[in-house]
Amino acid sequence: MSRHLTSLGIVLMLAFAGGNVGLWAQDHDSVHEAHAGEQHDGHDHDHAAHAESDGANHADAHTHHEEEFVAGEYIIHHIADAHDIHLFGDVHIPLPVLLYLGDEGFRFFMSSSFEGHGHGDKNFEDAQGVAYTLHAADGALPNGQPVNAGVITAVKSGSQLELFDFSITKSVFGMLVILTLMVWMFISVAKQYQKNPGQAPKGMANAVEPLVLFIRDEIAKPSIGAKADRFMPFLLTVFFFIFFCNLLGLVPFIGGFNVTGTMGITIVLATLVFLLTNLNGNKHYWGHLFWPPGVPLPVKFILVPIEVFGILMKPAVLMIRLTANISAGHIIILAFTSLIFIFGEGGDALAAGSGIGVFSTLFMIFMYGLELLVAFLQAFVFTLLAAIYFGDATHEPAHH
Amino acid sequence: MGALLTPAFGTVVWASIAFLVVMFLLRRFAWGPILSALSDREQSIAGALSQAEKVRQEMADLSVSNENQMKEARAERDRMMREAREMADQMVADAKNKAKEAADKEVASAKDAIAVERKAAIAELKAEVGGLSLEIAERLLREKLESTEEQKALVNRLIDESPLN
Repeated sequence: MSRHLTSLGIVLMLAFAGGNVGLWAQDHDSVHEAHAGEQHDGHDHDHAAHAESDGANHADAHTHHEEEFVAGEYIIHHIADAHDIHLFGDVHIPLPVLLYLGDEGFRFFMSSSFEGHGHGDKNFEDAQGVAYTLHAADGALPNGQPVNAGVITAVKSGSQLELFDFSITKSVFGMLVILTLMVWMFISVAKQYQKNPGQAPKGMANAVEPLVLFIRDEIAKPSIGAKADRFMPFLLTVFFFIFFCNLLGLVPFIGGFNVTGTMGITIVLATLVFLLTNLNGNKHYWGHLFWPPGVPLPVKFILVPIEVFGILMKPAVLMIRLTANISAGHIIILAFTSLIFIFGEGGDALAAGSGIGVFSTLFMIFMYGLELLVAFLQAFVFTLLAAIYFGDATHEPAHH
Repeated sequence: MGALLTPAFGTVVWASIAFLVVMFLLRRFAWGPILSALSDREQSIAGALSQAEKVRQEMADLSVSNENQMKEARAERDRMMREAREMADQMVADAKNKAKEAADKEVASAKDAIAVERKAAIAELKAEVGGLSLEIAERLLREKLESTEEQKALVNRLIDESPLN
Protein backbone atom coordinates (compact mmCIF):
# COMPACT_ATOMS: atom_id res chain seq x y z
CA MET A 1 0.00 0.00 0.00
CA SER A 2 2.58 2.52 1.15
CA ARG A 3 4.89 1.50 -1.65
CA HIS A 4 2.21 2.13 -4.25
CA LEU A 5 1.56 5.49 -2.68
CA THR A 6 5.24 6.32 -2.81
CA SER A 7 5.72 5.35 -6.42
CA LEU A 8 2.69 7.45 -7.27
CA GLY A 9 4.28 10.31 -5.34
CA ILE A 10 7.56 9.89 -7.16
CA VAL A 11 5.88 9.86 -10.56
CA LEU A 12 3.92 12.98 -9.64
CA MET A 13 6.97 14.75 -8.29
CA LEU A 14 9.12 13.95 -11.27
CA ALA A 15 6.35 14.92 -13.66
CA PHE A 16 5.95 18.23 -11.87
CA ALA A 17 9.64 18.88 -11.61
CA GLY A 18 10.42 17.78 -15.14
CA GLY A 19 7.60 19.82 -16.59
CA ASN A 20 8.65 22.91 -14.75
CA VAL A 21 12.32 22.67 -15.52
CA GLY A 22 11.55 22.13 -19.18
CA LEU A 23 9.27 25.13 -19.20
CA TRP A 24 11.88 27.40 -17.68
CA ALA A 25 14.58 26.15 -19.98
CA GLN A 26 12.45 27.10 -22.98
CA ASP A 27 11.68 30.47 -21.51
CA HIS A 28 15.31 31.04 -20.84
CA ASP A 29 16.23 30.32 -24.44
CA SER A 30 13.65 32.60 -25.98
CA VAL A 31 14.40 35.42 -23.56
CA HIS A 32 18.07 34.92 -24.16
CA GLU A 33 17.70 35.23 -27.91
CA ALA A 34 15.34 38.19 -27.77
CA HIS A 35 17.65 40.21 -25.60
CA ALA A 36 20.95 38.97 -26.86
CA GLY A 37 21.61 41.84 -29.25
CA GLU A 38 21.00 44.75 -26.92
CA GLN A 39 22.71 43.14 -23.92
CA HIS A 40 26.10 42.72 -25.49
CA ASP A 41 26.82 46.38 -26.11
CA GLY A 42 26.56 47.79 -22.63
CA HIS A 43 28.70 45.23 -20.91
CA ASP A 44 31.87 44.84 -22.80
CA HIS A 45 34.00 45.51 -19.75
CA ASP A 46 32.39 42.55 -18.01
CA HIS A 47 33.32 40.40 -20.93
CA ALA A 48 36.88 41.51 -20.78
CA ALA A 49 37.15 40.94 -17.04
CA HIS A 50 35.77 37.44 -17.18
CA ALA A 51 37.52 36.41 -20.34
CA GLU A 52 40.84 36.70 -18.55
CA SER A 53 40.03 34.35 -15.75
CA ASP A 54 37.59 31.98 -17.45
CA GLY A 55 37.00 30.06 -20.57
CA ALA A 56 35.39 32.52 -22.94
CA ASN A 57 32.35 30.31 -23.47
CA HIS A 58 30.79 30.98 -20.09
CA ALA A 59 31.80 34.55 -19.70
CA ASP A 60 29.15 35.12 -22.32
CA ALA A 61 26.52 33.41 -20.20
CA HIS A 62 27.48 35.31 -17.03
CA THR A 63 26.78 38.77 -18.28
CA HIS A 64 23.23 37.77 -19.01
CA HIS A 65 22.63 36.32 -15.57
CA GLU A 66 23.17 39.68 -13.99
CA GLU A 67 20.70 41.47 -16.18
CA GLU A 68 18.07 38.93 -17.05
CA PHE A 69 16.22 36.74 -14.60
CA VAL A 70 16.76 33.15 -15.76
CA ALA A 71 14.57 30.76 -13.78
CA GLY A 72 16.53 27.60 -14.59
CA GLU A 73 19.84 28.99 -13.36
CA TYR A 74 18.19 30.66 -10.39
CA ILE A 75 16.68 27.36 -9.32
CA ILE A 76 19.82 25.30 -9.84
CA HIS A 77 21.81 27.92 -7.93
CA HIS A 78 19.44 27.54 -4.98
CA ILE A 79 19.30 23.78 -4.80
CA ALA A 80 22.97 23.11 -5.56
CA ASP A 81 25.49 22.87 -2.77
CA ALA A 82 27.55 26.04 -2.15
CA HIS A 83 30.55 27.27 -0.23
CA ASP A 84 28.50 29.85 1.64
CA ILE A 85 24.93 30.32 2.83
CA HIS A 86 23.15 32.86 0.63
CA LEU A 87 20.48 34.54 2.73
CA PHE A 88 19.26 37.30 0.36
CA GLY A 89 20.71 39.86 -2.01
CA ASP A 90 24.42 40.21 -1.27
CA VAL A 91 24.15 38.84 2.27
CA HIS A 92 26.08 35.59 2.68
CA ILE A 93 27.10 33.61 5.74
CA PRO A 94 30.70 32.54 5.07
CA LEU A 95 31.65 28.92 5.60
CA PRO A 96 35.10 27.41 6.10
CA VAL A 97 36.98 26.30 3.00
CA LEU A 98 39.42 23.45 3.55
CA LEU A 99 41.49 22.36 0.58
CA TYR A 100 44.11 19.68 0.16
CA LEU A 101 46.60 20.70 -2.52
CA GLY A 102 48.83 17.65 -2.75
CA ASP A 103 52.42 18.79 -2.23
CA GLU A 104 51.26 22.19 -1.03
CA GLY A 105 49.41 20.53 1.92
CA PHE A 106 46.17 21.75 3.47
CA ARG A 107 44.81 25.27 3.05
CA PHE A 108 42.14 26.78 5.23
CA PHE A 109 40.30 30.08 4.75
CA MET A 110 36.75 31.42 4.95
CA SER A 111 34.62 31.53 1.83
CA SER A 112 34.26 35.29 2.39
CA SER A 113 37.89 35.60 1.22
CA PHE A 114 36.69 35.06 -2.33
CA GLU A 115 36.30 38.35 -4.15
CA GLY A 116 33.71 39.15 -6.74
CA HIS A 117 30.07 40.13 -6.64
CA GLY A 118 26.92 38.79 -8.19
CA HIS A 119 26.95 35.63 -10.20
CA GLY A 120 30.40 35.60 -11.78
CA ASP A 121 33.41 33.47 -10.88
CA LYS A 122 35.10 34.50 -7.64
CA ASN A 123 38.81 34.66 -7.04
CA PHE A 124 41.22 34.62 -4.12
CA GLU A 125 44.98 34.51 -3.96
CA ASP A 126 46.62 33.43 -0.70
CA ALA A 127 49.99 34.43 0.79
CA GLN A 128 51.74 31.42 -0.76
CA GLY A 129 50.81 32.65 -4.22
CA VAL A 130 48.11 30.08 -4.93
CA ALA A 131 45.24 31.59 -6.91
CA TYR A 132 41.84 29.99 -6.28
CA THR A 133 38.79 30.31 -8.49
CA LEU A 134 35.27 29.49 -7.33
CA HIS A 135 33.48 28.70 -10.57
CA ALA A 136 30.02 30.10 -11.08
CA ALA A 137 28.93 27.94 -13.99
CA ASP A 138 29.71 24.66 -15.70
CA GLY A 139 32.59 24.98 -18.15
CA ALA A 140 36.15 23.92 -18.73
CA LEU A 141 39.58 24.92 -17.47
CA PRO A 142 42.13 26.29 -19.94
CA ASN A 143 43.70 22.80 -20.04
CA GLY A 144 40.36 21.40 -21.21
CA GLN A 145 39.42 19.70 -17.94
CA PRO A 146 35.64 20.10 -17.41
CA VAL A 147 34.57 21.91 -14.27
CA ASN A 148 31.16 22.25 -12.62
CA ALA A 149 29.53 25.25 -11.06
CA GLY A 150 30.48 25.64 -7.39
CA VAL A 151 33.85 23.91 -7.79
CA ILE A 152 37.08 25.50 -6.58
CA THR A 153 40.23 25.20 -8.69
CA ALA A 154 43.71 26.39 -7.81
CA VAL A 155 46.56 27.68 -9.93
CA LYS A 156 50.16 28.28 -8.81
CA SER A 157 52.61 30.03 -11.11
CA GLY A 158 50.56 29.20 -14.17
CA SER A 159 50.02 25.46 -13.52
CA GLN A 160 46.83 23.83 -12.29
CA LEU A 161 47.19 22.24 -8.87
CA GLU A 162 45.50 18.95 -8.04
CA LEU A 163 42.96 19.80 -5.40
CA PHE A 164 40.68 17.95 -2.99
CA ASP A 165 37.93 20.09 -1.54
CA PHE A 166 37.11 19.21 2.07
CA SER A 167 35.20 22.45 2.69
CA ILE A 168 32.33 22.66 5.10
CA THR A 169 29.82 23.45 2.36
CA LYS A 170 26.24 24.48 2.90
CA SER A 171 25.02 20.88 2.79
CA VAL A 172 27.82 19.62 5.04
CA PHE A 173 27.04 22.45 7.47
CA GLY A 174 23.32 21.61 7.39
CA MET A 175 24.15 17.94 7.94
CA LEU A 176 26.39 18.75 10.92
CA VAL A 177 23.68 20.96 12.41
CA ILE A 178 21.12 18.17 12.09
CA LEU A 179 23.48 15.49 13.42
CA THR A 180 24.37 17.68 16.41
CA LEU A 181 20.69 18.30 17.04
CA MET A 182 20.06 14.55 16.87
CA VAL A 183 22.85 13.73 19.31
CA TRP A 184 21.55 16.28 21.80
CA MET A 185 17.91 15.38 21.30
CA PHE A 186 18.11 11.59 21.48
CA ILE A 187 20.64 11.46 24.29
CA SER A 188 18.43 13.71 26.39
CA VAL A 189 15.44 11.54 25.50
CA ALA A 190 17.44 8.46 26.55
CA LYS A 191 18.25 10.19 29.86
CA GLN A 192 14.58 10.87 30.37
CA TYR A 193 13.83 7.18 29.93
CA GLN A 194 16.59 6.22 32.34
CA LYS A 195 15.36 8.73 34.90
CA ASN A 196 11.75 7.51 34.86
CA PRO A 197 11.91 3.81 34.10
CA GLY A 198 8.56 2.23 33.38
CA GLN A 199 6.77 5.59 33.31
CA ALA A 200 4.68 7.07 30.52
CA PRO A 201 6.87 9.26 28.27
CA LYS A 202 6.83 13.02 28.75
CA GLY A 203 7.91 16.00 26.66
CA MET A 204 10.37 15.20 23.90
CA ALA A 205 10.32 11.48 24.66
CA ASN A 206 6.59 11.60 24.02
CA ALA A 207 7.22 13.12 20.59
CA VAL A 208 10.00 10.71 19.68
CA GLU A 209 8.48 7.51 21.03
CA PRO A 210 5.72 7.04 18.42
CA LEU A 211 8.28 7.36 15.62
CA VAL A 212 10.72 4.97 17.30
CA LEU A 213 7.92 2.46 17.85
CA PHE A 214 6.73 3.00 14.28
CA ILE A 215 10.16 2.16 12.92
CA ARG A 216 10.55 -0.82 15.21
CA ASP A 217 7.07 -2.30 14.84
CA GLU A 218 6.01 -1.24 11.34
CA ILE A 219 9.33 -1.21 9.50
CA ALA A 220 12.05 -3.27 11.15
CA LYS A 221 10.14 -6.19 12.65
CA PRO A 222 7.89 -7.01 9.65
CA SER A 223 10.77 -6.61 7.16
CA ILE A 224 13.68 -8.16 9.03
CA GLY A 225 12.07 -10.39 11.62
CA ALA A 226 14.07 -11.84 14.47
CA LYS A 227 17.30 -10.02 13.61
CA ALA A 228 15.64 -6.59 13.55
CA ASP A 229 17.40 -5.43 16.72
CA ARG A 230 20.80 -5.57 15.05
CA PHE A 231 19.73 -3.02 12.42
CA MET A 232 17.66 -0.75 14.64
CA PRO A 233 20.42 1.81 15.38
CA PHE A 234 21.10 2.32 11.67
CA LEU A 235 17.43 2.44 10.72
CA LEU A 236 16.58 4.91 13.48
CA THR A 237 19.56 7.13 12.74
CA VAL A 238 18.95 7.15 9.00
CA PHE A 239 15.22 7.79 9.42
CA PHE A 240 15.60 10.73 11.76
CA PHE A 241 18.54 12.09 9.78
CA ILE A 242 16.61 12.11 6.49
CA PHE A 243 13.42 13.35 8.13
CA PHE A 244 15.11 16.24 9.93
CA CYS A 245 17.24 17.19 6.91
CA ASN A 246 14.12 17.22 4.74
CA LEU A 247 12.41 19.49 7.26
CA LEU A 248 15.47 21.74 7.45
CA GLY A 249 15.17 22.17 3.69
CA LEU A 250 11.65 23.51 4.13
CA VAL A 251 12.57 26.22 6.64
CA PRO A 252 12.44 29.55 4.79
CA PHE A 253 14.89 32.49 5.20
CA ILE A 254 17.88 30.39 6.27
CA GLY A 255 19.36 29.97 2.83
CA GLY A 256 17.42 26.99 1.53
CA PHE A 257 19.33 23.94 2.73
CA ASN A 258 19.06 20.95 0.42
CA VAL A 259 20.99 18.37 2.44
CA THR A 260 19.08 15.27 1.35
CA GLY A 261 19.06 16.60 -2.22
CA THR A 262 22.86 16.54 -2.25
CA MET A 263 24.34 13.50 -3.98
CA GLY A 264 27.46 13.54 -1.82
CA ILE A 265 25.32 12.87 1.27
CA THR A 266 22.72 10.49 -0.14
CA ILE A 267 25.47 8.38 -1.74
CA VAL A 268 26.92 7.81 1.72
CA LEU A 269 23.57 6.65 3.07
CA ALA A 270 23.11 4.36 0.05
CA THR A 271 26.63 2.96 0.44
CA LEU A 272 25.96 2.18 4.09
CA VAL A 273 22.79 0.33 3.09
CA PHE A 274 24.81 -1.57 0.46
CA LEU A 275 27.53 -2.49 2.95
CA LEU A 276 25.14 -3.47 5.74
CA THR A 277 23.10 -5.61 3.34
CA ASN A 278 26.01 -7.48 1.84
CA LEU A 279 28.17 -7.78 4.95
CA ASN A 280 25.20 -9.36 6.74
CA GLY A 281 24.21 -11.55 3.79
CA ASN A 282 23.85 -15.19 4.85
CA LYS A 283 24.45 -18.38 2.87
CA HIS A 284 20.85 -18.38 1.70
CA TYR A 285 21.15 -14.82 0.31
CA TRP A 286 24.36 -15.49 -1.62
CA GLY A 287 23.03 -18.83 -2.78
CA HIS A 288 19.98 -17.19 -4.29
CA LEU A 289 22.19 -14.56 -5.87
CA PHE A 290 24.74 -16.76 -7.61
CA TRP A 291 22.80 -20.00 -8.02
CA PRO A 292 19.09 -19.18 -8.20
CA PRO A 293 17.24 -22.35 -7.26
CA GLY A 294 14.52 -23.82 -9.44
CA VAL A 295 15.72 -22.16 -12.65
CA PRO A 296 17.04 -23.99 -15.75
CA LEU A 297 20.78 -23.67 -16.29
CA PRO A 298 20.69 -21.35 -19.35
CA VAL A 299 18.40 -18.97 -17.50
CA LYS A 300 20.89 -18.88 -14.65
CA PHE A 301 23.43 -17.28 -16.97
CA ILE A 302 20.98 -14.46 -17.64
CA LEU A 303 19.68 -14.20 -14.12
CA VAL A 304 22.96 -14.07 -12.20
CA PRO A 305 24.30 -10.92 -13.90
CA ILE A 306 20.93 -9.26 -13.39
CA GLU A 307 20.94 -10.21 -9.71
CA VAL A 308 24.51 -9.01 -9.24
CA PHE A 309 23.65 -5.76 -10.99
CA GLY A 310 20.60 -5.61 -8.72
CA ILE A 311 22.61 -5.52 -5.50
CA LEU A 312 24.28 -2.34 -6.76
CA MET A 313 21.10 -0.98 -8.30
CA LYS A 314 18.96 -1.23 -5.17
CA PRO A 315 21.00 1.23 -3.07
CA ALA A 316 21.61 3.39 -6.14
CA VAL A 317 17.87 3.71 -6.60
CA LEU A 318 17.49 4.58 -2.92
CA MET A 319 19.99 7.40 -3.42
CA ILE A 320 18.41 8.72 -6.62
CA ARG A 321 14.86 8.50 -5.27
CA LEU A 322 15.72 10.52 -2.18
CA THR A 323 17.86 13.12 -3.98
CA ALA A 324 15.38 13.56 -6.81
CA ASN A 325 12.32 13.81 -4.59
CA ILE A 326 13.76 16.40 -2.27
CA SER A 327 15.34 18.41 -5.07
CA ALA A 328 12.11 18.21 -7.05
CA GLY A 329 10.14 19.67 -4.15
CA HIS A 330 12.56 22.56 -3.93
CA ILE A 331 12.48 23.02 -7.69
CA ILE A 332 8.69 23.32 -7.74
CA ILE A 333 8.59 25.87 -4.95
CA LEU A 334 11.41 27.87 -6.57
CA ALA A 335 9.66 27.62 -9.92
CA PHE A 336 6.56 29.24 -8.52
CA THR A 337 8.70 31.95 -7.01
CA SER A 338 10.34 32.42 -10.41
CA LEU A 339 6.94 32.80 -12.06
CA ILE A 340 6.39 36.04 -10.18
CA PHE A 341 9.64 37.56 -11.50
CA ILE A 342 9.11 36.28 -15.02
CA PHE A 343 5.63 37.75 -15.30
CA GLY A 344 6.69 40.87 -13.45
CA GLU A 345 9.44 41.35 -16.06
CA GLY A 346 11.78 42.88 -13.51
CA GLY A 347 9.24 45.44 -12.30
CA ASP A 348 7.99 46.50 -15.76
CA ALA A 349 4.74 44.56 -15.41
CA LEU A 350 3.80 45.01 -11.75
CA ALA A 351 0.15 44.08 -12.24
CA ALA A 352 0.98 40.81 -13.98
CA GLY A 353 3.63 40.08 -11.38
CA SER A 354 1.25 40.71 -8.47
CA GLY A 355 -1.51 38.66 -10.05
CA ILE A 356 0.78 35.73 -10.60
CA GLY A 357 2.19 36.35 -7.13
CA VAL A 358 -1.19 35.66 -5.54
CA PHE A 359 -1.60 32.51 -7.61
CA SER A 360 1.98 31.37 -6.95
CA THR A 361 1.71 32.00 -3.23
CA LEU A 362 -1.45 29.91 -2.95
CA PHE A 363 0.19 27.14 -4.91
CA MET A 364 3.36 27.36 -2.85
CA ILE A 365 1.35 26.98 0.34
CA PHE A 366 -0.14 23.84 -1.12
CA MET A 367 3.32 22.65 -2.18
CA TYR A 368 4.70 23.29 1.29
CA GLY A 369 1.98 21.06 2.71
CA LEU A 370 2.84 18.40 0.17
CA GLU A 371 6.54 18.78 0.89
CA LEU A 372 5.95 18.27 4.61
CA LEU A 373 4.28 15.00 3.69
CA VAL A 374 7.10 14.11 1.28
CA ALA A 375 9.69 14.93 3.97
CA PHE A 376 8.23 12.20 6.14
CA LEU A 377 7.37 9.89 3.27
CA GLN A 378 10.87 9.85 1.79
CA ALA A 379 12.45 9.20 5.17
CA PHE A 380 9.95 6.39 5.68
CA VAL A 381 10.50 4.91 2.20
CA PHE A 382 14.28 4.98 2.50
CA THR A 383 14.13 3.31 5.91
CA LEU A 384 11.54 0.77 4.81
CA LEU A 385 13.43 -0.27 1.67
CA ALA A 386 16.72 -0.45 3.57
CA ALA A 387 14.98 -2.69 6.12
CA ILE A 388 13.57 -4.88 3.34
CA TYR A 389 17.05 -5.30 1.83
CA PHE A 390 18.45 -6.18 5.26
CA GLY A 391 15.61 -8.65 5.65
CA ASP A 392 16.40 -10.26 2.27
CA ALA A 393 20.02 -10.62 3.30
CA THR A 394 19.37 -12.14 6.72
CA HIS A 395 16.23 -14.26 6.24
CA GLU A 396 16.76 -17.88 7.10
CA PRO A 397 15.23 -20.17 4.48
CA ALA A 398 11.80 -21.41 5.49
CA HIS A 399 11.69 -23.92 2.63
CA HIS A 400 13.90 -25.40 -0.19
CA MET B 1 23.47 20.94 -13.48
CA GLY B 2 26.69 18.95 -13.17
CA ALA B 3 27.11 20.08 -9.58
CA LEU B 4 23.74 18.53 -8.73
CA LEU B 5 24.53 15.15 -10.19
CA THR B 6 28.16 14.72 -9.16
CA PRO B 7 28.78 13.66 -5.57
CA ALA B 8 31.48 15.99 -4.23
CA PHE B 9 34.41 14.07 -2.74
CA GLY B 10 34.74 16.29 0.34
CA THR B 11 31.03 16.04 1.07
CA VAL B 12 31.20 12.25 0.87
CA VAL B 13 34.11 12.21 3.33
CA TRP B 14 32.42 14.54 5.80
CA ALA B 15 29.09 12.75 5.52
CA SER B 16 30.68 9.33 6.07
CA ILE B 17 32.63 10.44 9.13
CA ALA B 18 29.86 12.50 10.68
CA PHE B 19 27.07 10.03 10.03
CA LEU B 20 29.02 7.03 11.33
CA VAL B 21 30.22 8.88 14.42
CA VAL B 22 26.69 10.02 15.20
CA MET B 23 25.29 6.55 14.52
CA PHE B 24 27.71 4.90 16.94
CA LEU B 25 27.22 7.66 19.53
CA LEU B 26 23.47 7.30 19.33
CA ARG B 27 23.64 3.51 19.35
CA ARG B 28 25.65 3.60 22.56
CA PHE B 29 23.98 6.50 24.37
CA ALA B 30 20.50 6.87 22.88
CA TRP B 31 19.02 4.01 20.87
CA GLY B 32 20.25 1.31 23.23
CA PRO B 33 18.80 2.88 26.38
CA ILE B 34 15.62 4.03 24.61
CA LEU B 35 14.88 0.67 23.00
CA SER B 36 15.63 -1.28 26.15
CA ALA B 37 13.51 1.13 28.22
CA LEU B 38 10.65 0.67 25.75
CA SER B 39 10.86 -3.11 25.78
CA ASP B 40 11.19 -3.15 29.58
CA ARG B 41 8.10 -1.04 29.88
CA GLU B 42 6.21 -3.21 27.42
CA GLN B 43 7.18 -6.30 29.35
CA SER B 44 6.14 -4.76 32.65
CA ILE B 45 2.79 -3.72 31.16
CA ALA B 46 2.28 -7.18 29.67
CA GLY B 47 3.24 -8.70 33.03
CA ALA B 48 0.81 -6.44 34.88
CA LEU B 49 -1.97 -7.33 32.46
CA SER B 50 -1.41 -11.07 32.80
CA GLN B 51 -1.17 -10.63 36.58
CA ALA B 52 -4.51 -8.82 36.57
CA GLU B 53 -6.01 -11.56 34.43
CA LYS B 54 -4.68 -14.19 36.86
CA VAL B 55 -6.12 -12.33 39.84
CA ARG B 56 -9.45 -11.98 38.07
CA GLN B 57 -9.44 -15.73 37.40
CA GLU B 58 -8.58 -16.39 41.01
CA MET B 59 -11.44 -14.18 42.14
CA ALA B 60 -13.80 -16.04 39.85
CA ASP B 61 -12.54 -19.37 41.20
CA LEU B 62 -12.90 -18.06 44.73
CA SER B 63 -16.51 -17.01 44.23
CA VAL B 64 -17.29 -20.40 42.71
CA SER B 65 -15.75 -22.15 45.70
CA ASN B 66 -17.60 -19.79 48.04
CA GLU B 67 -20.84 -20.77 46.41
CA ASN B 68 -19.92 -24.43 46.69
CA GLN B 69 -19.15 -23.99 50.36
CA MET B 70 -22.45 -22.24 50.88
CA LYS B 71 -24.24 -25.07 49.15
CA GLU B 72 -22.42 -27.63 51.24
CA ALA B 73 -23.16 -25.72 54.40
CA ARG B 74 -26.81 -25.51 53.51
CA ALA B 75 -26.92 -29.22 52.76
CA GLU B 76 -25.12 -29.92 56.04
CA ARG B 77 -27.59 -27.80 57.94
CA ASP B 78 -30.53 -29.57 56.28
CA ARG B 79 -29.01 -32.92 57.07
CA MET B 80 -28.38 -31.95 60.66
CA MET B 81 -31.90 -30.68 61.12
CA ARG B 82 -33.32 -33.83 59.58
CA GLU B 83 -31.18 -35.96 61.84
CA ALA B 84 -32.16 -33.95 64.88
CA ARG B 85 -35.82 -34.33 64.01
CA GLU B 86 -35.38 -38.04 63.48
CA MET B 87 -33.55 -38.32 66.75
CA ALA B 88 -36.24 -36.43 68.58
CA ASP B 89 -38.93 -38.60 67.03
CA GLN B 90 -36.91 -41.63 68.00
CA MET B 91 -36.56 -40.39 71.54
CA VAL B 92 -40.22 -39.67 71.85
CA ALA B 93 -41.05 -43.10 70.47
CA ASP B 94 -38.57 -44.73 72.82
CA ALA B 95 -39.94 -42.84 75.75
CA LYS B 96 -43.45 -43.88 74.82
CA ASN B 97 -42.39 -47.46 74.49
CA LYS B 98 -40.62 -47.37 77.81
CA ALA B 99 -43.55 -45.79 79.51
CA LYS B 100 -45.87 -48.35 78.00
CA GLU B 101 -43.59 -51.12 79.09
CA ALA B 102 -43.39 -49.70 82.55
CA ALA B 103 -47.15 -49.34 82.71
CA ASP B 104 -47.65 -52.84 81.40
CA LYS B 105 -45.22 -54.07 83.97
CA GLU B 106 -47.09 -52.21 86.68
CA VAL B 107 -50.39 -53.56 85.48
CA ALA B 108 -48.96 -57.06 85.32
CA SER B 109 -47.48 -56.86 88.76
CA ALA B 110 -50.73 -55.39 90.07
CA LYS B 111 -52.61 -58.24 88.48
CA ASP B 112 -50.21 -60.68 90.01
CA ALA B 113 -50.63 -59.01 93.36
CA ILE B 114 -54.36 -59.05 92.98
CA ALA B 115 -54.24 -62.69 92.04
CA VAL B 116 -52.09 -63.44 95.03
CA GLU B 117 -54.33 -61.40 97.25
CA ARG B 118 -57.36 -63.18 95.89
CA LYS B 119 -55.82 -66.53 96.45
CA ALA B 120 -54.94 -65.47 99.92
CA ALA B 121 -58.39 -64.09 100.43
CA ILE B 122 -59.97 -67.23 99.07
CA ALA B 123 -57.72 -69.26 101.28
CA GLU B 124 -58.64 -67.13 104.20
CA LEU B 125 -62.25 -67.30 103.24
CA LYS B 126 -62.04 -71.01 103.04
CA ALA B 127 -60.50 -71.10 106.45
CA GLU B 128 -63.08 -68.67 107.74
CA VAL B 129 -65.93 -70.62 106.15
CA GLY B 130 -64.54 -73.76 107.69
CA GLY B 131 -64.26 -72.03 111.05
CA LEU B 132 -67.76 -70.64 110.74
CA SER B 133 -69.14 -73.98 109.68
CA LEU B 134 -67.55 -75.54 112.67
CA GLU B 135 -68.91 -72.77 114.93
CA ILE B 136 -72.35 -73.12 113.41
CA ALA B 137 -72.23 -76.82 113.77
CA GLU B 138 -71.14 -76.43 117.38
CA ARG B 139 -73.87 -73.96 118.11
CA LEU B 140 -76.45 -76.20 116.49
CA LEU B 141 -75.35 -78.97 118.48
CA ARG B 142 -75.48 -76.86 121.60
CA GLU B 143 -78.98 -75.61 120.94
CA LYS B 144 -80.19 -79.07 121.52
CA LEU B 145 -81.41 -79.48 118.29
CA GLU B 146 -85.03 -80.11 119.40
CA SER B 147 -87.03 -79.45 116.52
CA THR B 148 -86.14 -79.30 113.06
CA GLU B 149 -87.94 -75.94 112.96
CA GLU B 150 -85.78 -74.58 115.53
CA GLN B 151 -82.79 -76.01 113.85
CA LYS B 152 -83.68 -74.47 110.64
CA ALA B 153 -84.33 -71.11 112.29
CA LEU B 154 -81.13 -71.40 114.04
CA VAL B 155 -79.19 -72.20 110.91
CA ASN B 156 -80.71 -69.26 109.08
CA ARG B 157 -80.03 -66.92 111.92
CA LEU B 158 -76.53 -68.11 112.15
CA ILE B 159 -76.09 -67.69 108.47
CA ASP B 160 -77.42 -64.20 108.67
CA GLU B 161 -75.22 -63.43 111.55
CA SER B 162 -72.18 -64.77 109.86
CA PRO B 163 -69.99 -62.08 108.32
CA LEU B 164 -70.12 -63.78 104.96
CA ASN B 165 -70.49 -61.35 102.29
